[in-house]
Amino acid sequence: MKQLYDRLTFQQKKAYWAWIFLAVPIAFFCIVRFYPTLNAAAISFTNWNLLAPMEFVGLQNYQRLFTDPVFWKVFGNTFLYLIIGLPITLLLSFAVAYYLDQIRFMHGFIRGLYFIPYLTTAVAMAWVWRWGYQPLPIGVLNQILTTFGLPQQPFLRAPGQALVSVLAPAIWAGLGFQVIIFLAGLRGIPETYYEAARIDGVGKWATLWEITLPLLRPTILFLVVLTSISLLRIFDQVYNMTVDGQGGPLNSTRPLVLSIYNSAFKDFDMGYATAQTMVLFVVLLIITVVQLRLMRAK
Amino acid sequence: MKKLLSSLMLATAIASPLSVMGGAAHAVEIEYWQYFFAERVEAMDMLIARFEEANPDITVKQTTFPYAQYQAKVAAAVPAGQGPDVVQLYYGWLRDYMQAGLLSPLPADRFDPAMIDAEFFPIVQAMKVDGAYYGLPTAVRTMAMFYNKALFTAAGLDPENPPKTYDEVVAAAQAIVERDAGGNLLVAGITATPVSQDAHWWREVLMRQFGGQSYSDDYRTVTYNTPEGVSALRAYTSLFMDAKVTDYGFMDESQASFVAGKAGILMDGSFRIGAVASVEGLDWGVAPLPTHNDITYNYSSYWLNGISSKTTGEELEASIKFMEFITSEESMQLWLEVVGELPARSSVALTDENRADPVYGPFIAGLETARATDFVNEAAQRQIWLDMIDMVNVGGVSVEDAIAEAAATEQRLIDAYYAK
Repeated sequence: MKQLYDRLTFQQKKAYWAWIFLAVPIAFFCIVRFYPTLNAAAISFTNWNLLAPMEFVGLQNYQRLFTDPVFWKVFGNTFLYLIIGLPITLLLSFAVAYYLDQIRFMHGFIRGLYFIPYLTTAVAMAWVWRWGYQPLPIGVLNQILTTFGLPQQPFLRAPGQALVSVLAPAIWAGLGFQVIIFLAGLRGIPETYYEAARIDGVGKWATLWEITLPLLRPTILFLVVLTSISLLRIFDQVYNMTVDGQGGPLNSTRPLVLSIYNSAFKDFDMGYATAQTMVLFVVLLIITVVQLRLMRAK
Repeated sequence: MKKLLSSLMLATAIASPLSVMGGAAHAVEIEYWQYFFAERVEAMDMLIARFEEANPDITVKQTTFPYAQYQAKVAAAVPAGQGPDVVQLYYGWLRDYMQAGLLSPLPADRFDPAMIDAEFFPIVQAMKVDGAYYGLPTAVRTMAMFYNKALFTAAGLDPENPPKTYDEVVAAAQAIVERDAGGNLLVAGITATPVSQDAHWWREVLMRQFGGQSYSDDYRTVTYNTPEGVSALRAYTSLFMDAKVTDYGFMDESQASFVAGKAGILMDGSFRIGAVASVEGLDWGVAPLPTHNDITYNYSSYWLNGISSKTTGEELEASIKFMEFITSEESMQLWLEVVGELPARSSVALTDENRADPVYGPFIAGLETARATDFVNEAAQRQIWLDMIDMVNVGGVSVEDAIAEAAATEQRLIDAYYAK
């Protein structure tokens, strides 16, 4: 073995060691990621409650999915989280980063304040918000509303308001991370472009549109993809803010991930749960590919 | 944790000299699983200590999981043969475990079915298949009415004479309820929230009191979509929609507003006794569930202990001994005193002392009329009920339409289960 190794050229030795070190993450991904993924795909064609042996049922789980009204409601909710959440998150975090970048006074402190929610446990935060949304005399938000003479709002209890109420803490919590990334992106733009713009007498808005945003494209792309995936996989907030973690009232806040969880670990319907997982997988794949293409094309 | 440690140390202290001596008398270890509920774990620790004292050659290792993960852990471990020897299961799960052949029948020479039929409350007969029992509970639970004596007094009601009928309950709640000038609820007359036992109260008690029945006798047909069902549902929803003696979801959980002294009346299970009793300064009492049209019913549920079919040899013998011990009269009385759950043997439950107990008495009286709903999927069936209430409360759906939709959804669920 030693002789064999000694006979290798320097380049071969380098490759040898590279593969030795790469083998660990590769093995990890194969065992912990790819194998369960393929296994899940296989389970989605069976009927399995964990207790009795698996039974092959073909496409039955997928047929059931497409005729289940709750599934379509949940599917719609999942996209609502994305469609409402993504623009608000990006606009807010960019605005914060843009103005934070221009101040020096207490810069680090303010940045820290924005980042703290990101470090907080989602579960603890969700419960604080859940109590905040309560009617009087408990909920602080309704106390504020009534102080200003406004009527109380049902928030989590009305099917029309619940989804936005659940989304708010999720956006708030993610803000810190996005602000940091935007700040890094802004710092990465060479000062010389701005100097040139100032010499040419370009206005503030034109600078923003013509220099800052185009040069931030890689940053925006990164955040769009990452935020989309995290919004499509929203779970902690819904699970902790709705009754029994069911995504109510009347399924108005239930996202696909929660449906999968319920099918798997409440109903023990593993086949149906994995069928939904496969749908989520395909949706995430399509959205990511489309986003990458769109952002690269220009 | 300390208790667990000390019992473990005790167990090793008993076991180690035996294993040192070696030879014939070597120790057998069996594993017992239940979900974590402080009083239940404490009671089981005490039972295990007594059992090990009487059987020095057996050690019992208790493992617990949080309630939310328990079902998944058991379902993953038991079929793999990695799980416990003796396991605690919710009665509603039993059918799936028996169908999959995961439980051993209790040997008839040690657990005589005729003796069980005669000595245990009839609700345990759901665990008998082809003449053999597959599990037995230590304790059963029923429902009763908790009420806040201080709020009764403040409202000019007699705290020693709680309401006995549904109409009297509504009247008492009306006297207790307190709202500010803006109509915001300050004190609820009665609790009504999604996190409660209300679904059980409605399905097995109110439905029957209003002349209906929620399911056919074999629990395979949903039968609440009837005029009687509509009246029974109105009896519940009117508490927050017409009589306005509460707001649905007040303080999130029914028990939360009651223990905070912000609700006059709470319909809950006997497992709530410990939590209510531990609140200092709360002046409370227990009375039987209200009657209506002179009809009395109650709801009962239980956790049973069973032996895994993977357990064999001397572990099986030790498990059988342990099962005998935890379903004995002595264990049941201890469980009642520590956990507040009622003995599953009528001879233990129905003693004069227990019947006359001001706290346990109403729950024990409820055993005689109690029904245990035969669920196919308790969580899913409960969700259908909660959705029905939401439809009426915030969905703008009429009581008639909501009950029809819930009945159809639940029937589909039950049919799908039996079609498998």
